[in-house]
Amino acid sequence: MTLDPIVITLIEAVVKTIVVIVALLTAFAYLTLVERYVIAKIQSRIGPNRVGAIGGIALLQPIADAIKMIFKEDFWPSQADKIIYTIAPGIAVGTALLAWAVMPLHPSTEIFGYRVDFFIADVNIGVLYLLAIGSLGVYGIVLGGWGSNNKYSMLGALRSTAQMISYEVSLGLALVGVLMISGSLSLVTIVEKQSFIWNVVWQPLGFIIYFIAAVAEVNRLPFDLPEAETELVAGYQTEYSSLKFALFYMAEYINMITVSAIAATMFLGGYQGPFGILPGVHWLVLKIMFFIFVMMWMRGTLPRFRYDQLMRFGWQVLLPLALANIFITALVMLVVGA
Amino acid sequence: MSLSVPDLNFRVIAPALIVALTALIVLLAELVTPAPRKRWLGVLGLIGLLIAAGATVGLWGAPASAFGGMVVADNFGLFLTLVILLGAALSILLALDFVRAHRVDQGEYYVLVLFAVVGMILMATATDLIVIFLALELLSLPLYILAAFKRADARSLEAGLKYFLLGAFSSAFFLYGIAFIFGGTGTTNLMKIADALAKNPRNDLLLVGAGLLLVGFAFKVALVPFHWWTPDVYDGAPTAVTAFMSVGVKAAAFGAFFRAFLVALPAFAFDWRIVLAALAVLTMTLGNVAALLQSNVKRMLAYSSIAHAGYILIALVAMGASGLSSALFYLLAYTLTNLGAFGAVIALSDGERERLEIRDWGGAARQYPFIAAMFAIFMLSLAGFPPLAGFTGKFLIFSAAVETGWAWLAVIGVLNSLVSAYFYLRPIVQMYMSEPVPGWDRIRVAPLVALALVLALIGVIALGLYPTPAIVMATGGFLR
Amino acid sequence: MESIPFYFLAALAVLAALGVVVMRDPVYSALALAVVLTALAGLYVLLSAPFLAAAQVMIYAGAILILFVFVIMLLSPGREGDAPRGALKWQRPLAVIFGGALVAQLALVLLMTILPTGRGLYTPEYLAQIGSTQAVGAALFTDYLLPFEITSLLLLVAMVGVIVLAKKKS
Repeated sequence: MTLDPIVITLIEAVVKTIVVIVALLTAFAYLTLVERYVIAKIQSRIGPNRVGAIGGIALLQPIADAIKMIFKEDFWPSQADKIIYTIAPGIAVGTALLAWAVMPLHPSTEIFGYRVDFFIADVNIGVLYLLAIGSLGVYGIVLGGWGSNNKYSMLGALRSTAQMISYEVSLGLALVGVLMISGSLSLVTIVEKQSFIWNVVWQPLGFIIYFIAAVAEVNRLPFDLPEAETELVAGYQTEYSSLKFALFYMAEYINMITVSAIAATMFLGGYQGPFGILPGVHWLVLKIMFFIFVMMWMRGTLPRFRYDQLMRFGWQVLLPLALANIFITALVMLVVGA
Repeated sequence: MSLSVPDLNFRVIAPALIVALTALIVLLAELVTPAPRKRWLGVLGLIGLLIAAGATVGLWGAPASAFGGMVVADNFGLFLTLVILLGAALSILLALDFVRAHRVDQGEYYVLVLFAVVGMILMATATDLIVIFLALELLSLPLYILAAFKRADARSLEAGLKYFLLGAFSSAFFLYGIAFIFGGTGTTNLMKIADALAKNPRNDLLLVGAGLLLVGFAFKVALVPFHWWTPDVYDGAPTAVTAFMSVGVKAAAFGAFFRAFLVALPAFAFDWRIVLAALAVLTMTLGNVAALLQSNVKRMLAYSSIAHAGYILIALVAMGASGLSSALFYLLAYTLTNLGAFGAVIALSDGERERLEIRDWGGAARQYPFIAAMFAIFMLSLAGFPPLAGFTGKFLIFSAAVETGWAWLAVIGVLNSLVSAYFYLRPIVQMYMSEPVPGWDRIRVAPLVALALVLALIGVIALGLYPTPAIVMATGGFLR
Repeated sequence: MESIPFYFLAALAVLAALGVVVMRDPVYSALALAVVLTALAGLYVLLSAPFLAAAQVMIYAGAILILFVFVIMLLSPGREGDAPRGALKWQRPLAVIFGGALVAQLALVLLMTILPTGRGLYTPEYLAQIGSTQAVGAALFTDYLLPFEITSLLLLVAMVGVIVLAKKKS
């Protein structure tokens, strides 16, 4: 029996998509556990050690959390906009997952005489796609805050909109340096070109700007003003409970993984090992884990920015630096003649 | 991949480039200029306009195009450029004291005026619909802001908002028209549209596109029935801004209007002249009749500007070389006269308090004989009395219409001029024959405003008595 | 077969555009506009212009519209009431008549016209060869250099204007 090549491509894409989504959801579940341990260690506590504990680590804790979350009461604020209130968490998770469509995970290999590419799609504007999808992610938060019809939710949503739009600019511009060096917008090409030397060597400033802006984009400390619990209860999530809350939570963690993966891909060679050693998905996972650990570490140690500081830093420090980085890159490339 | 860069002949856009550069310099200089010296920024702007005028004269007589046929420096465009620069310079002269009296003495005022001038020049010299559209936006955006420049005044803000909303609306029509024209011909270049039409004169998409384009232009030059914004915006905007936009926008938009229709559409199977003729009749008649009913000088001048757009439209209907040159001459005469009229309104205001009601003008002639006399001359010129610029302009336009077989249109134009004489004469009668209204003695006429008035007056009289050099200059025509 | 995505996206865009106008709640209108813009981005992809598609989503749906929503939320104008009474009442039937006439006219012309079918410069093969991003960049910096520069002035003016109008009096 021979299959139409279109059908094969379709099946391949569906399989890849399912694998990626399952992997991400599992990663999300266990990241919550990891985060609790990391924070516990920083704060000299023990952390969860009861549910299905093996060697003092509660391996079944995420499952217990999930069950608990699902069976909580699904609360509807009486004045909420029902439609928007419902679709907001969906948009948040949807946009978080969509970004993974262009992420190269592993070098292409032959399996049973059939060439498999370890990315769902090699869009030749991959980086722009990532930025576009990322810019849509704001909708989830904005609509969630607006739909709840609650002052705290609304304030949180407004803050996060302003914050994400402000830092998105620097985030995008920080990547431009890499694009100039690589001469391509395709993530696959960008990774391939880093097989020996990672981009971070040429783009240290871009790398730092990107990472700071990315932390702001995913609303993590020290940029977690949208949900600053001491001021806004829980920001845009205030009214959410049960599954819808879980979806927001999930979106947040997946976004963390996504920005880490982008940082790894754009600056640290993605699945490429240092100096071309054993390229493979393990490198990508390691790098993502490193970035996520740093974010958790920052959460455990850094205080929150004040809102005006956040804005000033974004527009008056990060943005000019990002522009300077592009300018310097262009100048060097012109002089060197690359 | 190799790029073939088109002819980057910056010389062709030198006037616009110089004005843009001046605007940037003024913008930077504003940072270091202390509050009491802001008027020097205006002087800086004036110098820039002068240099640009010099550059324009330098380009005279050697038509050239640049940037792949997107702009040209032909005598038609250069003449309009000179008219725009003249209008801008006179209105800056009017504004130097005006902004201080109205406590809006900010350098941004001049910056915005200069940017609007860049847009106007580009619009008058553009030969590509995309550039025309962008230039239209570049001239409109500063004017929206300038109309609302006096933020303490709710009426100024209202004028700005109204202008902005309706302007954005008309821009959408304009852009939609460009899209249709592109769909019908595959190009936005005026000459190439003409080529496409020569091959295939019946083109329905182009018909729709040209119609929408017409709506966009009609909004900008305030043709009836797209004129509703004009009285409110002219009335609400600060008078110095009104003076500037009443002349600059007309010159620039009519420039692009003429070029778009006369370069791109002559081969069109559909005779669009009859539509324009109808619009011209409507515009002249409604503008003049509505002006009869106004008691406010600025609103009266607003309706008068609508009527004048109607006269100029006759020149477009007449087509041909005589129509073109008559329109150019008319725009020059209108610029000088209208700026003079608004200048007189500014001159006769007591600080922030302007005398806008015509009945308050009683006895002005006794206190300010020179200003009153100049205002009277500007009014007579607008009405078309010989031997003033307005008369020559009307004479040229109407004779161009008669020459090309549009005698009935000329007759309606003449009848309209007769009607208009009534409302133009009314403030003169008020100034010279009515009992004085108290409070005239508080008014101090600013010397710079007086200077601007005298310059405009010289122009109006000179163009009336000896129009030949200006007419000769206006017969340059397009670079096709 | 290959025109199915086109008709789907086109219908989506038109329906959502109607939604923008018809919806009474401004937030819903804004969201419908987001759908329009995203559907247009989809059409760009079908036209082998992925760069434009991504730019469209990023700039319009991701930035400009978010600002719309932001402003709507800040002002919270609530639902749109009924049309104004009194002075403007007579405008309604006129608007229906003239608007309807314009739509009918445009539809008629589009139905009558045989659209030109010639292929332009930017065919899918040409774009595949030089890349859609490169094509946009090349066009911007050669043929459309002047419009591009005018646009930069336009943005500067907009910025100056916003500051002039919004700045507090010192």
